[in-house]
Amino acid sequence: MDISKNFFELFELVPGFDLNAQQLSERYRELQREYHPDRHAHKGERQQRLAVQATTHLNEAFETLKMPLMRAQYLLKLRGVETGEETRQQLPGDFLMQQMELRESLVEVGESDDPFAELERLEQQARQLETQEYSQFNAALAADDLETAVVAIRKLQFVNKLLHEIEAAEDRLDEEY
Amino acid sequence: MALLQIAEPGLSLDPHQRKLAVGIDLGTTNSLVASVRNGVAETLADEAGKHILPSVVHYAQDEKPLVGAAAAQRATQDPYNTIQSIKRLMGRSAADALQLGEHLPYEFVESDTAMPYLRTAAGDLSPVQISADILKSLVVRAEASLGGDLEGAVITVPAYFDDAQRQATKDAAQIAGINVLRLLNEPTAAAVAYGLDQQDKGVVAVYDLGGGTFDISILRLTQGVFEVLATGGDSALGGDDFDYALAHWLMEQAGGHSFDASSSRELLRIARHTKEQLTDKPEVEVSLPGSGTQVRITREQFDALCKSLVAKTIRACKRALKDAGVALDEIQDVVMVGGSTRVPLVQSSVGEFFKRDPHIGIDPDRVVAIGAAIQADILAGNKPDSELLLLDVLPLSLGLETMGGLVEKVIHRNTSIPVARAQEFTTYQDGQTAMLVHVLQGERELVDHCRSLARFELRGIPPMAAGAAHIRVTFQVDADGLLNVAAKELSTGVESAIQVKPSYGLSDSEITRMLQESYSNAADDREARSLREQQVEADRLVSALRNAIAEDGELLSEQELKDLNTEIDVLEKLAQGASSAAIEAGVEHLAQVSDFFASRRMDRSIQTALQGQSVDIFDPVSNNRSEEEKG
Repeated sequence: MDISKNFFELFELVPGFDLNAQQLSERYRELQREYHPDRHAHKGERQQRLAVQATTHLNEAFETLKMPLMRAQYLLKLRGVETGEETRQQLPGDFLMQQMELRESLVEVGESDDPFAELERLEQQARQLETQEYSQFNAALAADDLETAVVAIRKLQFVNKLLHEIEAAEDRLDEEY
Repeated sequence: MALLQIAEPGLSLDPHQRKLAVGIDLGTTNSLVASVRNGVAETLADEAGKHILPSVVHYAQDEKPLVGAAAAQRATQDPYNTIQSIKRLMGRSAADALQLGEHLPYEFVESDTAMPYLRTAAGDLSPVQISADILKSLVVRAEASLGGDLEGAVITVPAYFDDAQRQATKDAAQIAGINVLRLLNEPTAAAVAYGLDQQDKGVVAVYDLGGGTFDISILRLTQGVFEVLATGGDSALGGDDFDYALAHWLMEQAGGHSFDASSSRELLRIARHTKEQLTDKPEVEVSLPGSGTQVRITREQFDALCKSLVAKTIRACKRALKDAGVALDEIQDVVMVGGSTRVPLVQSSVGEFFKRDPHIGIDPDRVVAIGAAIQADILAGNKPDSELLLLDVLPLSLGLETMGGLVEKVIHRNTSIPVARAQEFTTYQDGQTAMLVHVLQGERELVDHCRSLARFELRGIPPMAAGAAHIRVTFQVDADGLLNVAAKELSTGVESAIQVKPSYGLSDSEITRMLQESYSNAADDREARSLREQQVEADRLVSALRNAIAEDGELLSEQELKDLNTEIDVLEKLAQGASSAAIEAGVEHLAQVSDFFASRRMDRSIQTALQGQSVDIFDPVSNNRSEEEKG
């Protein structure tokens, strides 16, 4: 496997935020058929080791392109912009206020009459924000406005974390009921 | 002209080139071994025709461990030396074992080792050694039945097994002398056995409730590729828990009658039997051990006892669907695996949740071993054209301990394997030269709530200001789901790496010692087998000579008869002994000294034969000879 190829090249996809998900999974399975350790189990140790390395790379590439946030970050990385956890991008005050409010509602979910419905409402709100920011990101990238794209990513990281917390709260509620 | 041979596609040309590979289902309650023969995967039976090997081992002093049904029969009389459900203790710490073992009547060795040891008449044994004894028994069966040495085996594990439990299983296989082709998740094996790859596309849920473990897996099938989307479950929940709940209830009905280890075992046995009967009957009458009290239990009562356990499994199904990103109505098939899915409450609850009737076509006890055999056949290289490919995921998140006893996740659960991830850390004190790397597995945030897999130190970091060092910790999970961790200080290149050995797993030296023991046992086994062979040989010769004397004794003089009888007696006595070499020499000696008797008998029998024939029918050669004699 040529690991010098970028992930889009590996899957023979046009680089971009919107991608052909079906082609991605089809190509993924094709490459797995070729490189997976099980296809080399009866061969020598060296070939098995190479197979593990190749599929490790393949799995990383697949997950990066499959997950929207990781895909967006990877697109920026290809343009030389790293947006790890440590990005200290200043975010607009109203966005941060909104995040705080959402988080407060999440903490108080347990006291509501119908906590599941309340969680559902919160999740919808977060999903809406998510969609909005992805289209912001997509537009900024197309316009080569990398600064705006980075702001969108930073916001999406917040939203993503919120979605995880909503999910965890749901699991906890499930355990109680 | 010779006919050209054309092999069926996918089959190897020369049957002798086929490598013998098996699938092994090492279960909590029962174990099985299966193999692909003539293109069909089937479970292998023992000499008595039984396919299922109860996962029970009985240990006695100076005797080989007894595995299976014969061992299970001793559970009541000899509970401490009859080990069952050992899978529940695989990869567990001594502390876990004590907790899990509260209803297991075993005697744990009090020691400071992290690994639990059970006290038996054959010495203190770890769960890994006991599992190895079960595996050895299956290998013996497979080699006898397939007629050759095994190339390797695929051994199944619950999808929800953590790294420690997987490593323990692999260690057990190593001690049993098995080349592990792959550790395969049980639900995936079941999906393979159902031949669901034959269908073009679809999403499948596999609900696997065994004796001691519960798994739910969501798989996507596309032209032979099985992609595990998510897996979940509970590695300490199974049909055994139904038995315990029922046994507990029965104990209450007995009204404070106290039970010792032996009658507890008996009560458990009764509970299991009652559970099985309630599958077909609405009501069962139970006679309690000791007091003999009669108790009546209805299926409704039993369902009520198990309800919370079953509900727990349904919650796990919900979570797995969410993790897989799959909606309930996308599930095309539901496959049931494990003996405990025979319980009517389980079947109805699963059917209700998924809104479709689950598949129960293949014997739920055998389905996992059959799937493993199909995969083993492919991994051994016997089916190069096979489309089948299994893509699995990591069942539980892996992480590292950070400041304040928190866990930083490095690889999240349900990530496709093999996978590698690196995370960078830094020092928190000026001049810090060493760092403790503590590897954990689990979903919780606090170290205390996760499973500790390993601790190791990275030493020799050059003294720097706090936060200046960059330590990269790399996690690599292989296709068996086993973890390797390496740590490296980036500015200096100081490195440290370990194969993750669970904190309470077996150390390498322990494995080496056990391997040596099993080799010496193998030598004992060989000696035992050759002794039996020589004894059989001696018996055969002794009885053959006695029969000959009875028939043709008149061919011997009185002295010859007396001497021969003495020699026969000598060998007979020798055959009672334990030296195969001595018996072999004795057999040879007796054969030699009785040789003249054999010759005489031969001569007589030829004469007898000739007497019965007309000389005329002899061929011209003898006629010629008579011509010559005349001439």
